[in-house]
Amino acid sequence: MRGSAATALLIFIALIFFVGITVYLFAIHYFAPPPPITSVGVRIDHQYDLTLYVTGIAFILAQLGLGWAVFHYRDRGKPARFTRGNTALEIAWTVITATVFLGLGGLAARSWAETRLTNAKPGAIRVEVTEEQFTYYFRYPGRDGKFGRLDPSLVSAPTGNPLGLDPNDPAGRDDIVASTLTVPVNHPVELTIRSQDVIHNFFVRELRLQQDAVPGMTVPLHFTPDRIGRYYIVCTQLCGMDHNQMHSFLDVVSEADYQKFLRRAEAQ
Amino acid sequence: MSQSPQHVHAATATPSGFFRRYVFSTDHKTIGLQYYFLALAAVTVGIVLSLLMRFHLAWPGAHLPFVSGGIMRPEQYLALMTMHGTIMVFFVLTTAPMGAFGNYFLPIQIGAPDMAFPRLNMLSFWFTLLAFACMLSAFAVPGGAPISGWTAYPPLSGMGSITGPGEGMGQTMWVVSIGIFCIASLFASINFITTTIEMRAPGMSLTRMPLTVWAWFVTAVMSLLSFGVLLAALVMLVLDRSAGTSFFTPAGLVVNGELQMGRSGGWPLLWEHLFWFFGHPEVYIAILPGMGVTSHVISNFSRKPVFGYRAMAATLCAIGFLGFLLWGHHMFVSGMNPYSSLAFSALTLSIGVPSAVKTFNWLGTMWGGRIHFDTPMLFSIGFVSFFVTGGLSGIFLAQPSLDNMLHSTYYVVAHFHLVMGVAAIFGIFSATYFWFPKMFGRMMNEPLGKMHFWLTFVGAYCIFMPMHFEGIYGGIRRYADLSGDTYLAALRPMHEFMTVAAFATAAAQLIFFYNFFRSLSRGTKAAENPWRATTLEWATASPPPVDNFGGTFPQVYRGPYEYSVPGAAEDFTPQHVRPEDVVMETGSHA
Repeated sequence: MRGSAATALLIFIALIFFVGITVYLFAIHYFAPPPPITSVGVRIDHQYDLTLYVTGIAFILAQLGLGWAVFHYRDRGKPARFTRGNTALEIAWTVITATVFLGLGGLAARSWAETRLTNAKPGAIRVEVTEEQFTYYFRYPGRDGKFGRLDPSLVSAPTGNPLGLDPNDPAGRDDIVASTLTVPVNHPVELTIRSQDVIHNFFVRELRLQQDAVPGMTVPLHFTPDRIGRYYIVCTQLCGMDHNQMHSFLDVVSEADYQKFLRRAEAQ
Repeated sequence: MSQSPQHVHAATATPSGFFRRYVFSTDHKTIGLQYYFLALAAVTVGIVLSLLMRFHLAWPGAHLPFVSGGIMRPEQYLALMTMHGTIMVFFVLTTAPMGAFGNYFLPIQIGAPDMAFPRLNMLSFWFTLLAFACMLSAFAVPGGAPISGWTAYPPLSGMGSITGPGEGMGQTMWVVSIGIFCIASLFASINFITTTIEMRAPGMSLTRMPLTVWAWFVTAVMSLLSFGVLLAALVMLVLDRSAGTSFFTPAGLVVNGELQMGRSGGWPLLWEHLFWFFGHPEVYIAILPGMGVTSHVISNFSRKPVFGYRAMAATLCAIGFLGFLLWGHHMFVSGMNPYSSLAFSALTLSIGVPSAVKTFNWLGTMWGGRIHFDTPMLFSIGFVSFFVTGGLSGIFLAQPSLDNMLHSTYYVVAHFHLVMGVAAIFGIFSATYFWFPKMFGRMMNEPLGKMHFWLTFVGAYCIFMPMHFEGIYGGIRRYADLSGDTYLAALRPMHEFMTVAAFATAAAQLIFFYNFFRSLSRGTKAAENPWRATTLEWATASPPPVDNFGGTFPQVYRGPYEYSVPGAAEDFTPQHVRPEDVVMETGSHA
């Protein structure tokens, strides 16, 4: 069986076939996510595409190089070419990969900075997101623009106070608590994400954004959606038995519909 | 390095009695085989768990064996997932490459009669076995096995059964089991490090060590530095669970409608930092020995020296070092300081460099070679292919902005299964087929081995490649059911495909088991050096005597991969052959 040409050829063909199918499926955008609804989402997609091209080329060269080496250098009765290495070649490919990989990282830093290292634009709508097993609550500060005080000892979902709003704090009287997130289109939004029990997550694939909700912390997250629609919010951090049931909706609506939403909520 | 006299005379007599010889043995070879069979048992359990999960994901309403109630409930799915991950990472991917092959071959490859601390070695195996029994018992305790995943993030894992089923006694058993495993790994790592430093045969300088030895040595150093941190974190977690401390739990939590009194000051991210400070090096603990084996095997079956031996040893060290500096890439969206993400990202991308250099050097070793396609070589070729595929998806995940969309999706599942699961398992298979003749004195069956390779190679790609697309689409991992009302229902057909592939691949492993156990007694007798190899394990009988070299001790004269040396009559020049005994092409001696 040694040095069998059939085995060598089979490995080469298998790798060509594998590379071909993989490249084809990526090229036709098999199971691509829906288009992003923020400008930073578009930038994240560009970064994804760039990374796909760079790693794609490396993937094709490495797999086909492996297949070729295996096929071409099968035992054909000639002695192996004795060599211990090639220092110049090794330095060259070390420098090239370091430049390419770190360069990609440098380019990616920009969209990360936009999502995490900058503050929300002034005038952003502020919404506090509270997560618990296995629900989302979204709290708006109301007309006074101030969130009321929360007291964990007052938390009682059955009596209609799932967040523990302190009734003695005037700032909290007009707070709105909803089970879905409604925001106006083309308007900056700043979320403050927190959890009441275990670690959860807030993920909207159309935003290309996710953030864990960590008990004891409040984590800010901001975005400006530019397309009206209803989008799934899902929990991606394992949070217990019904983790897979934990979802809500992001409703991006027109300014008029947003005002209607606020008036309806205030009336309740 | 010279051998001290007490080492030379250690353990030369064959112990009498069944128990001393096969059960409570201090012989590193017996202990290595004990680890190997433990890993075989563990991988069987792990595969069965994964098949149950895969079947449920594809056909959620189906009745399943081993599942109480027949139809799988979400908490049962999460328990299977937790136990699958834990068993595979600890009891297969840590135990087989390091505990089994490291134990068996490190002393022989450096020309030592045994490990530096044989009794400690025995103790570390028995602790590992105890940990495995403890882990399996989590299935049997009230509430069942834990549901918090192999990462066991508190507060989910830190507050008892109030956070969910399995989080009571089951999670406690998990913590205790992994704690025992940590102690065993610390013992083993001390032993490996001491043995490599102190017990090398005369002439076995560092740059003459086989790359497998380099890999086990770096792995042992990583184990020593990382398992201690996990052990400390586990102690804190068990105190949080049972002694009322709050290392990982802040004040004011309301769990299941109940205010949690008496807890304050803790921080869930502390666990994430400690866990991943262990968890990321653990990934390399699983894969480095496979890299060593792949270098070793590719050189042998290409009949060429390893291309860039020094670079190969240096990149193992570089991966070992960098592996400790990039745990934060698991936490880009955790809420930790977003500036630190940029540092962790750059460090993560940096580890791609030594990884890529290794790949280039494997190809360089094959280039110009005279390649033989025996089964060990096929699995090493497979290792390189999976390592490339799985490694490149890491370049996406290393960028925090892309992690915004890929974190916790099936993309991550594809990535780590290909690189630390399948590639590492291919390393284990390559090592098994390569060293079986040495361990058992018989050859494994070649046609069955080739069939096993092809079915596993194709099958593993069919299982894990679709997961990339699923993840990009937004498919979330660790979901017990995808048939709900979210967009995830569209992924069902893909899950059906992956499930069929998983069952076919699992069935192919029966060929391996058949080949393995049949060859133990019926394989053709192996010669001392059937692969015409150069390193010291091939300079002794198959299997080796109790003291490894039958009362003699090898002297090492050259590097480990002297294949096809110009002028030599044979295409391999073993490390232990004296220069004057090397037969030259003219028939004269050098």
